[in-house]
Amino acid sequence: MTTDTADIPDNDESILAVRGMNVDIRVPAGTLHAVTNSAFHVKQGETLCIVGESGCGKSITSLAVMGLLPANATVTADVLKFEGRDLLSMSQKQLSELRGNRMGMIFQDPMTSLNPVYTIGNQMQEIYVRHGKGNAAQAKDRAIHLLEKVGITAAESRLGQYPHQLSGGLRQRVMIAMMLMNDPVLIIADEPTTALDVTIQAQILHLLADLQKEFNMALILITHDLGVVARIADRVAVMYAGYMVETGSSDEVFNAPMHPYTQGLIDCIPIPGKTERGALLGSIPGIVPALVGDQEGCMFRNRCDFAQEVCGTGTIERRELGDLRGYRCVLGPEQAQANLQAGRATAAAAEE
Amino acid sequence: MNADAPVLECRDVSRTFMIGKGPFVQKKPLRAVQDVSLSIERGEVLAVVGESGCGKTTLAKMLLGLLPPSGGEIFFEGVPLSSVDRNAVSRRIQPVFQDPYSSLNPRKTLASIISLPLDVHKIGTPEERKRRVEEIMELVGLPRRLLYSYPSQLSGGQRQRVAIARALAIKPEILVCDEPTSALDVSVQAQILNLLQELRDELNLTYVFISHNLAVVEHMSSRVAVMYLGRLIEFGTAAQVFDDPKHPYTSALLDSVLTPEPQYGLPEITTMGREFPNPLNPPPGCAFHPRCPKAMDVCSQAQPQPAEENGRMLECHLYDEETAAA
Repeated sequence: MTTDTADIPDNDESILAVRGMNVDIRVPAGTLHAVTNSAFHVKQGETLCIVGESGCGKSITSLAVMGLLPANATVTADVLKFEGRDLLSMSQKQLSELRGNRMGMIFQDPMTSLNPVYTIGNQMQEIYVRHGKGNAAQAKDRAIHLLEKVGITAAESRLGQYPHQLSGGLRQRVMIAMMLMNDPVLIIADEPTTALDVTIQAQILHLLADLQKEFNMALILITHDLGVVARIADRVAVMYAGYMVETGSSDEVFNAPMHPYTQGLIDCIPIPGKTERGALLGSIPGIVPALVGDQEGCMFRNRCDFAQEVCGTGTIERRELGDLRGYRCVLGPEQAQANLQAGRATAAAAEE
Repeated sequence: MNADAPVLECRDVSRTFMIGKGPFVQKKPLRAVQDVSLSIERGEVLAVVGESGCGKTTLAKMLLGLLPPSGGEIFFEGVPLSSVDRNAVSRRIQPVFQDPYSSLNPRKTLASIISLPLDVHKIGTPEERKRRVEEIMELVGLPRRLLYSYPSQLSGGQRQRVAIARALAIKPEILVCDEPTSALDVSVQAQILNLLQELRDELNLTYVFISHNLAVVEHMSSRVAVMYLGRLIEFGTAAQVFDDPKHPYTSALLDSVLTPEPQYGLPEITTMGREFPNPLNPPPGCAFHPRCPKAMDVCSQAQPQPAEENGRMLECHLYDEETAAA
């Protein structure tokens, strides 16, 4: 199998660089290819969004980077480097020194990722002391400072509270403050706002974006919500069935999507003011294929309007359009854009 | 029954729960729904929107007759719902719930899940029921070979189709859909929304559509009810509410919708940043005033009264007559 090379810049200033990463999970029915030939990297101060539907491998990608996959999963990669150090050759102990330290994590549900029987203060201080950054008193000062930073009032009194005493939005702010305790260079946020109301979602995203700028961190945001991606991402990677099917800047991916899956996905979302009220939405027929066993060809071909015979054989190569833009489809860029225009024209005609 | 009356009508409907923490603490009232008056016309899609805890699901349960109101009355075609037999209500009003993973019995086949309402209401002979199940499965786009499958063998979208098929089996007139697509993926959400639209045209259904996703609501609804902490604060046609929102809360909600349009960036943060108030201890006056960018002195003192203008209902001091005149 050939690996994608163009997605790695020559000067290695990336905080995280991944090339040719595969994640295989042994399940009773065989081997599940959760992630295949994945390549991405993220620089200081940059936001990369990995977007896709359930089961596409986006969370597995992040867990592989953090070394948190269960024992029945195998990660292989040509390159899997964090700050220039090879993650694959690290021991669990070395990895756990990175996690919560250089690498911060935020998960979807702050109720389950905070320990319910310890106070906020206890948990925030632990992460600091555990990584040998200072003593408990220093940790407390830093915790208060960071809670204030993430917009929590009466920070000192919050330290004595338990997670269940806080609302969902507050808990997620505490998670963010906790992640900042050790000055991480990379944040991996997996669906950080999915459990929150829309009004709170906008604030938490703002907070993340502002902090990222202030501390010049790299941010990998994993979500299924294209609205969130469009508003916050510098670069976007769209995943389908374990493959990164399209990558590019947020503008390029949303305004000129190349892969039929990306095109279909964007069409599925009603946009106020653009989609006519009550009109039928675009939709992608069928469901995601099973990923167990060896696969050939394009994983999307059974749901694709433009599938041809060649889609079913061999490996679909990634087409490079330069500047980290690329997609994995047999259709050339002219054809892909023509399809997009034709689809839009049909939709416009249907509305009239 | 009165044919001219709205199919469903709420008049000053309230529901209070008594919440107690432990045996020695006095129970406190939680006003989940307060003085909600609205009507649902035949064939329309009425959407109820609001943040979690605003009372939209409690309202849905009352419309389904699953929960009696503690104040006010719900009328079904002009007749009080409380005086109509429960079976008769459930024949005409059916629910579709949010999570198709917990709303289907995992031990039953699709055939028995979908025919359950027919069995309960003793409609038709076993053969007729079987035929009806096959018919309805085709209508919602489920292949016949799944007839004897179990829910665990289906995808999320297919399960939600089963939930819709079950609701439609006894030919109801009203579907109360409580967050029907929020547990589904985007591409599957579009399939289910399209199915609901097609079914409505085909079967002349009326929907009560409860959702927190405003883009979906704007797309589906003909009229919209915005709720905040148990109160109906704005109620009008989709065009009125979405094109020209009057209540500051409605505007704030609309501003926080994130559409896939990278040119816009993140919306500005306003006073909405404050936390959703504790419903056990609601703020005095207008419950929205601590988060409201346009709050005035009167807002913390007096509860605004509902006012009507061009068929739109509004509950906000900004539109009081004195304020408007001044």
